Amino acid sequence: MNAPSNVLTEPPDSSVTDEVRRIRRAAGRRRLLVNALRVLLLVIIIGGWELGARLGIIDPFFWGQPSGIWDQLRTWVTEGTSQGPLWEQILVTLEEAVLGFLIGVALGVTFGVILGRNRFLADVFSPYIKAANSIPRVVLGSIFAVGFGIIGIQSKVALAVVLVFFIVFFNAFQGVREVDRSLLANARILGANQWRLTTAVIIPSALTWIIASLHTSFSFALVGAVVGEFLGSVEGLGELIRVAQANFNANGVFAAMAILAAVALTAETLITWLENRLIRWRPNATAEATL
Amino acid sequence: MLAMTDSTASSHSAQDPLLPAIELRTVTKQFRTPARGIYTALRDLSLTIQPGEFCAVVGPTGSGKSTTLSLISGLDRPTRGEVIVMGQPVQGVNAHVGFVFQTDAVLPWRSVLDNVAVGPMFRGVRSREAHTRARAWIARVGLAGFEDRYPHQLSGGMRKRVALAQTLINEPQILLMDEPFSALDVQTRVLMGNELLTLWSSTSASVVFVTHDLEEAIALADRVVVLTAGPATVKGSYAIDLPRPRNVSEIRFNPRFVELYHTIWEDLRSEVMISYERSKQRAD
Repeated sequence: MNAPSNVLTEPPDSSVTDEVRRIRRAAGRRRLLVNALRVLLLVIIIGGWELGARLGIIDPFFWGQPSGIWDQLRTWVTEGTSQGPLWEQILVTLEEAVLGFLIGVALGVTFGVILGRNRFLADVFSPYIKAANSIPRVVLGSIFAVGFGIIGIQSKVALAVVLVFFIVFFNAFQGVREVDRSLLANARILGANQWRLTTAVIIPSALTWIIASLHTSFSFALVGAVVGEFLGSVEGLGELIRVAQANFNANGVFAAMAILAAVALTAETLITWLENRLIRWRPNATAEATL
Repeated sequence: MLAMTDSTASSHSAQDPLLPAIELRTVTKQFRTPARGIYTALRDLSLTIQPGEFCAVVGPTGSGKSTTLSLISGLDRPTRGEVIVMGQPVQGVNAHVGFVFQTDAVLPWRSVLDNVAVGPMFRGVRSREAHTRARAWIARVGLAGFEDRYPHQLSGGMRKRVALAQTLINEPQILLMDEPFSALDVQTRVLMGNELLTLWSSTSASVVFVTHDLEEAIALADRVVVLTAGPATVKGSYAIDLPRPRNVSEIRFNPRFVELYHTIWEDLRSEVMISYERSKQRAD
């Protein structure tokens, strides 16, 4: 690589591209190794589980077994579930989660920005918000199930909203508080009124915080929907899990869990995409997001 | 470019030339400290700045230089005393005042073009016109071709140019600068000083330039004001009779420059020593 004759005989450009090619090749090899090890890890876990079940080390009646989960998924797809077609169950849960997510995010951002901007209101509300945040809010699901009834999506959406709200609220609030003082002063001098200050400086600045909270809050929206369904429902993935549990069908529980994981991962991908679009201006935004 | 300069000049001629641009009358500013104490940043400070004057304010660290600027800008109010800008007592942010901050205050999520256009847009100018004016100002500060970049893609000096364009596009009659070039390396700082003098000479705005660098102060200003170690008040005021146009990188070899430097430094040194002793005590 460092042979001086090389530098003399070849134009400097080609030696540079050689170097680049070498670095790329090394990076490619590393990527390949990482992916290979990932697959290997999956094979060991799933394979070990299956093997353990077949050899009688793990009791598949209580702990399920991968082939059984696969069969359960196939049955649900081809023959439908006890509550109806599988896609309908997924759709119901997804609808509850997405609705709860959107409402929770909207409320969280609104209240976070209002209280973040107004120190007086923040001081008035802060003990109640802290108290509300410290209680286990999943318990509210029972209240919602009684209040809104177990049929329909309201009680599940309400639980998802409550879970999402607090995460987004605290992030938006903190994001607003952390806005750079000189950015605000500069915008005021340049002629921004309170409304412009909020829309052109505070919200874009807090967006990094808010979007970071969206990753966790969608998972919480799913938790809200599923737990809401546990507490009383006639359809949805949560109900599917409850029925499977009642029938001692461990494979059914795991199968529903696998579907939930797939839904959550899809949502996560969408949110990452949104994040990269909205905070393009940030240095190395993509590099950080993919890590 | 010429047309723009003309319009700036005509807006200035409307101002009463007899009226001082800025007047601080025995201004005192106190802050509450977190430990329930009271910190006096300025005590009975009086300062008058004439229209079109370039006034540099020097003083030791923590001497209330920045506080003075925030009072003139209307971002903050004095505890006692009066601040009068263009004949009017200051009540909130004044549309004729521009402010270039020490730290980067350009919006990181906006491109250079959108950053420069933001001032006119805040003031109700239509987007298309604001962008046309922004392009002209970006060219004037030497950033043509960088309109679509984000601030983090620029060097420190280039970001300062964006900040200058962003401030000057509003055609301020009073330009406040709070150690604007202190974060830049020495060469860039000198270049930006020349750039500033060129831009200023075509606007005839009054400038208050806060710095801790006496050399920079003398090279740029018509007058250098020395503040005492906090609580700050005016210790001395020196007319800088160096010819214009000046070249910031060469003027310091001028014998008159050296002479002025010695005189003012005599005055400044004792204040710097007081401030230094205090900071040492605090550290001990």
